[in-house]
Amino acid sequence: MLEIAHISKHFGGLKALEEITFHVKEKQIYGLIGPNGAGKTTLFNLITGFLPATHGSIQFLGNELTGLKAHKIAKLGIARTFQNIRLFSTMTVKENVLVAQNIRARSGVTSLVRLFSAKEKRFEEEADDLLKRMGLWEKRKEQSLSLAYGEQRRLEIARALALEPRLLLLDEPAAGMNEAETEDLLDRISEIRNMGKTVFLIEHDMNVVMGICDYISVLNFGELIAQGTPDEIQASEAVIEAYLGREEE
Amino acid sequence: MSVYTQGVVALMGVNILMALSVYAIVMADQVSLGNAGFMAIGAYTSAYLSVKFGIPIFPSLIIGALAASFIGILIGIPILRLEGLYFVMGTFGFGEVVRSFFMNFEPTGGAYGFRGPVGATLPMIYGWVLAFMVFFWLLERSRLGRSLDALRDDAEVASSIGLNVTLLKLGVFWLGSFTAGIAGGLYAHYMFYIESGNFHILVSAMAILCVILGGMYTFWGALLGGVIFSILPEVLRFMGGWRLSVYGSVLVLMMIFRPSGIISRHMVRNAGEWVGGIFRKASS
Repeated sequence: MLEIAHISKHFGGLKALEEITFHVKEKQIYGLIGPNGAGKTTLFNLITGFLPATHGSIQFLGNELTGLKAHKIAKLGIARTFQNIRLFSTMTVKENVLVAQNIRARSGVTSLVRLFSAKEKRFEEEADDLLKRMGLWEKRKEQSLSLAYGEQRRLEIARALALEPRLLLLDEPAAGMNEAETEDLLDRISEIRNMGKTVFLIEHDMNVVMGICDYISVLNFGELIAQGTPDEIQASEAVIEAYLGREEE
Repeated sequence: MSVYTQGVVALMGVNILMALSVYAIVMADQVSLGNAGFMAIGAYTSAYLSVKFGIPIFPSLIIGALAASFIGILIGIPILRLEGLYFVMGTFGFGEVVRSFFMNFEPTGGAYGFRGPVGATLPMIYGWVLAFMVFFWLLERSRLGRSLDALRDDAEVASSIGLNVTLLKLGVFWLGSFTAGIAGGLYAHYMFYIESGNFHILVSAMAILCVILGGMYTFWGALLGGVIFSILPEVLRFMGGWRLSVYGSVLVLMMIFRPSGIISRHMVRNAGEWVGGIFRKASS
């Protein structure tokens, strides 16, 4: 579904990513892990068109993504969340979801006079559904920033889902959450996969991803050092070394 | 109504339109200091068409505003790449270019100004104000309006949910320059005489002040700001030259106590629910 081939990203002399190649299959939960500063978010930014790649290719369902603008990539069916939560701060919880339906709804100048159409009502219901699924429906009228931290993360996911994406990119979805919140979140992520979506998530905490990912890649200093199932990754010498350092002989 | 009062009220309508033209661009998180330039293009174009070709006021206003918004798009494409202060300086430069152009452009009278457009009446001016208010009201409630809110909150995230940020910015820039063009046309046809000095940088600055004072997150703010800054000079006339220092003080106080202006989106929402409640009660 998502094929990343020989992708590199250099910032001046700094090689943030070097010759990355892997692919994400449909309906997988794919994990990309690595220590802080390994280049994980940079890769997300390349996929979503926030940054141009230095070279290499990224294909999604046969479309080349490199060189496309961010909004075009979103329209192809890729939605994302952000490591440092970025909600629309002047909007309510529900408005954050409604606005993300705009590429599917009538949202041009004609939307000025089509407020009460049947289609519009369906979109409202759909937003309510999504909020219920994410456990935020009771708070739909609150300002987005008044939510608790874990709720803000869930709202960001709900907003991304409102695009009806084929592929959902989650950037450290469990960052800053306690254990109970993390458990709850992982359940919801599995549920999203059961909705028929592909999930590609970044995490620096290995334990978080082991339980739910089907396949994992490990990034360290801009290079892929391991790929495999969670069991294979846990046994990998290179991964243990990257996380814990080499033992002195 | 005395002729004097009529004049004040007419200019108030023009000021409201100018404030709305600034607000349109503020919707995309940009402050334009060049709207007097668009106003000038609208004014001179429509005045010239009316006087030289005898075109009726309504079509000449529209053509003037289309000319202003066409130029708006032309300069918008490069200038919308700028952000913050650089955008302000870019639009400031544009406004001054337009003003000195009309100062020297002989076919529209150059430094002598241009005489002759007639026909703008109070009801006509306020008809336009009403039309724009309805437009902005509908916009604020629509999906398009919500896209603009998203753009203003975080342009990068807005693009990540599929919104074409460049197109949205260009769209509101078109709308802002069109609105200013209409304001200019009405001004010319009400005053019977225009000169380049009418479209001074201070006109742009006053329109921005209206929006800052009235409220930057809803078009009602531009309306209120336009009204206040049209009436205040009359109320403070007894102070003579000290008036301007009162303006300054009001602004400083506003920035300290209510930096996003008098009317907030929240107030509009509450007022809307309140009015809605009354209607529901009345109908039940």
